[in-house]
Amino acid sequence: MSHRARFAVFVIGVAGLAVLYVLAAFRLPDFGGRFHPYGERAVTSAIAERTKNVVSSVNFDQRAFDTVGEELILFASALGAVVLLRTVRREREEEAGEHGYGPADVFDALRLTGYALLPVTLLIGVYIVAHGHLSPGGGFQGGVVLGTALHLLYLTGDYPALDRLRPVPAFEAGEALAAGVFVILGLAGAGLVIPMNAMVGLEVGCAIVLVLTKFFEQALLVRTDEAGKGEGT
Amino acid sequence: MSHLPYLAAGWILLAGIFGMVTSRNLVHVVVCLSVTQSATYVLLLTIGYRKGGTAPVFSDIKPTGKVVDPVVQAMALTDIVVNATVTALLLALAVQVAKRRGTIDPDQLRPLE
Amino acid sequence: MADAVLIVALALAVVMATAVVLTRDPARQAIVLSAYGVTLGILFLVLQAPDVALSQIAVGTVVVPLVVILAIHAIRRQHGERR
Repeated sequence: MSHRARFAVFVIGVAGLAVLYVLAAFRLPDFGGRFHPYGERAVTSAIAERTKNVVSSVNFDQRAFDTVGEELILFASALGAVVLLRTVRREREEEAGEHGYGPADVFDALRLTGYALLPVTLLIGVYIVAHGHLSPGGGFQGGVVLGTALHLLYLTGDYPALDRLRPVPAFEAGEALAAGVFVILGLAGAGLVIPMNAMVGLEVGCAIVLVLTKFFEQALLVRTDEAGKGEGT
Repeated sequence: MSHLPYLAAGWILLAGIFGMVTSRNLVHVVVCLSVTQSATYVLLLTIGYRKGGTAPVFSDIKPTGKVVDPVVQAMALTDIVVNATVTALLLALAVQVAKRRGTIDPDQLRPLE
Repeated sequence: MADAVLIVALALAVVMATAVVLTRDPARQAIVLSAYGVTLGILFLVLQAPDVALSQIAVGTVVVPLVVILAIHAIRRQHGERR
């Protein structure tokens, strides 16, 4: 189909969608209104269970079974990304030190900030996961913070240090373990907000580290042929 | 004003679809898809909003306080994180396409060559 | 007052979403996407959803743009080798 024909089809489709969407939007309850039947029930039930963060209560208690499904989507897509980005036969992976990905020339101030921020960020991640039932936060957000915290080391210009700090098999095992335990907890039933938060935090953190590791390898280290120049960051 | 926020979500949705249809680069397509998906978060949260309501966290307010709808927030929350890994999966596919076909322009990719 | 803040936050998100779509060069788009992530985070805060805002700011401003940049870099290397 030519560009013009495709665009014409798109315009017709999008016009129809826009009209239907606007009609539907005006039939929705008013913005900021008082009618929230599900919300009120969720709040009542969360208070009965003494979970102060109602959002965590909905995710890991009232809708725990649905969250298992979402968790498995996350697991499957992280797995898919890792498999797609594995190093295949024609390619070889170079050692990080081979071409200028050693401690690179960055400002000392930047490097120092990175090293100083790493433990603080990890601590914040753990805090967010651990207090998910009391304050805004929880396994999903804390897991993302934990997963990205390690990559501060990359900002400091020290790729080999980052490589040493993330033993990939350990993260793979952690991810699988967390997914398995989470499914069991989800099937086991209600009232397990804190352990479920911890498992989700572990799984999201491991998934993000694994996916980013594979992307870093593809972007920096994997070669199809012998050419090797450190173009780098 | 009373329905304007829903239309904002609709605009983001249509803008994302427009970007995907007119794109000449698979990475651009994936980013536009994630914009399209962000429309759902805006729609969900605007539906759950309640005038004068506070966040649905009862650490420092009385259990009788007026709060916004937590159910839609829970949905949007998990969706955002899951979306990140799905985006990573799609980008991994784009990298594979670049490796095998040498191009990431969807127009130059013929099916099952 | 609260309404005004809300309208500004919504307008910012809409403008940034349009900007992301209209930025055609993926490397620039990753940066605009990151800014869009921040505006969405602000919007979610205004809508009284701190949990969602936290997750949006972590994911939308860091993880997704980083993955996009790395993917672009990997793709460019493929192109570089073929030439």
